[in-house]
Amino acid sequence: MTAKPAQRLTLFLLLAPAVLWLGLLIVLPHVEILVLSFSERVAPRVYAFGLGNYLEFFTEPLYWRTFARTAFMSILVTALTLVLAFPIALYIARVAQGRLKAMLLLLCLLPFWVSELVRTLGWMILLRETGVISYVLLATGLTEQRVEFLYNDGAVILGLVYGGLLFMIVPLANALESLEPAIVEAGYDLGGSRWTVLRRIVIPHAMPGIVAGSIIVFMLTIGNFATPVLLGGKNGLWFTEQIYAQFITRFNWPQGAAFGMLLLLLSSAIVWLGLRLTGQSLGTTLKQA
Amino acid sequence: MASSTDLDIVNVTKRFGAHAAVDDVSFSVAPGEFFSILGPSGCGKTTLMRMIAGFEHPTSGDIRIRGQSMLGVPANKRPVNMVFQSLALFPMMSVGENVAYGLTCRGVSRAEAEERASRMLDRVGLKGFGERRVTALSGGQRQRVAIARCLVLEPTLVLLDEPLGALDLKLREHMKIELKQLQGTFNTTFAYITHDQSEALVMSDRIAVMNQGRFEQVGSPRELYHNPETPFVASFVGETNRWQGEAAPASGGAIAVRLPSGAVVQGQGRAASGALAFVRPEAVALAQDPASLSTLPNRFEGRVSAVLFDGAASSLLIDTAGFEQPVRAVLPQAGPLAGIHVGAPVHLGWTADAMKVFAA
Repeated sequence: MTAKPAQRLTLFLLLAPAVLWLGLLIVLPHVEILVLSFSERVAPRVYAFGLGNYLEFFTEPLYWRTFARTAFMSILVTALTLVLAFPIALYIARVAQGRLKAMLLLLCLLPFWVSELVRTLGWMILLRETGVISYVLLATGLTEQRVEFLYNDGAVILGLVYGGLLFMIVPLANALESLEPAIVEAGYDLGGSRWTVLRRIVIPHAMPGIVAGSIIVFMLTIGNFATPVLLGGKNGLWFTEQIYAQFITRFNWPQGAAFGMLLLLLSSAIVWLGLRLTGQSLGTTLKQA
Repeated sequence: MASSTDLDIVNVTKRFGAHAAVDDVSFSVAPGEFFSILGPSGCGKTTLMRMIAGFEHPTSGDIRIRGQSMLGVPANKRPVNMVFQSLALFPMMSVGENVAYGLTCRGVSRAEAEERASRMLDRVGLKGFGERRVTALSGGQRQRVAIARCLVLEPTLVLLDEPLGALDLKLREHMKIELKQLQGTFNTTFAYITHDQSEALVMSDRIAVMNQGRFEQVGSPRELYHNPETPFVASFVGETNRWQGEAAPASGGAIAVRLPSGAVVQGQGRAASGALAFVRPEAVALAQDPASLSTLPNRFEGRVSAVLFDGAASSLLIDTAGFEQPVRAVLPQAGPLAGIHVGAPVHLGWTADAMKVFAA
């Protein structure tokens, strides 16, 4: 009779870290934020339930425009990262052998040993008006005067693609590695051109990896803060900046909470749509990641 | 230009570093022929086949299909299709899409490709399988899809790289016959590579036995079995007894071989000093009474040391005075010696014609 409670206790203890982690760090804050997002300030230190924070988002163009811009740019960054990462992953998975393969993966990993902030500052050193690229252009006489490459959308996209590349390459290389060489050869043998083999055999095989990498990169990009702020400056206009401003600058926590919930909804909706469009399930995608 | 051969391999050599995987090989395959390349693993047969398919390029020599040199022609432009060892069906496509793939690559319209694919599936006995996933097929069905995928393109030559290796024994026996029949109905030239001598013997019109990058002998299954030209062919194709000894002169055009024990056996062939002698188990005559073997030049006496029962392929091992290894003979399953058991004394013998002698 004593065995059963003991077993249950063991199970509880084993699960405790996971339950605590999920409960305290994920569920609880989100419930808190959800509740907070529905409270309106009716008088100093007096709050009442209401949808005012959400209405504010739709009535102020700056908010929803930033929101739409963040969504669009994140999709663009994800697509660019995919296009850049695919040939790299293909090379790592299918061409490189042994030590070269390990070295290439290490090379992709290397930038992530320093913090995101330091990596972004690295880009700033290269791109700013007094930076390396500007100096080289001036010194070689290609430009008449110094050029500012920072504080535009191009710089933001560059930084975000750079930051997402590794998270795209790893699941892609994993997916491509499992493709049997004979299947690719059969694709050529039966008359397929390089493009046909890529389109009809390699890409469909890599689809779970493509979706997994895209979800990870998209999530990291849409929730990124430092890169758009540092490389975009006041032109960055990333939605996380709006959340930051509400929480920290304006001290309007209910408004920030509403923005936070909206961002969560947006990224979930886009991921769901992406999965539907590619016909992948979250289960197979998670396996690949 | 019309050509009387479908495939000509002319002095083809392939080197990987200093190692010659294929060493100066030449042969021709006639239209409609079932040609097999038989050899142990690592003999270079896969490299040879990959060169014909266009995945490897010969170091020297020429590969011609219907008289046209294939050097510099990429794999996807050659009138050659391959059935891979792993079959390499496309798991991301249905059965019908697998068969239609090659046609759509050639620019055949989608509707026509589907139509021709489904007709081809009918012909290989897979009517109505077009919508299935390839992963939902049995081994034999996958085999037929792999062949249908090649045949639908009406290639000059189909290459088969040990495609039966992954099947269980019963299905393999069945597919041997089915492959041969398919080849007959489509009248397509097949080049088949295998390490399994039974597959080669059953299906082929001609077989090339390959060893260490070279062809040892090319001939019909019967020629290879009954008249091997080299000791390698004699021992690789079919079961055989093999003895080593010294050549000694003999009368009547025969050659004698003196075994280390001093026993002398007589056979046909050529050897100067060291000699290798081969006798097929089915050529060894057995008797209880020595008188019935009196016409044979090779007569010995032994004792059964093992009965290896395997249905029609059963054999006996006989410890025989003068031979270091037991002599292998076919187990008699009818007549006076039926039911012979371990330990029984027996007389054995064979004709001089049945024993092939080669220089060692």
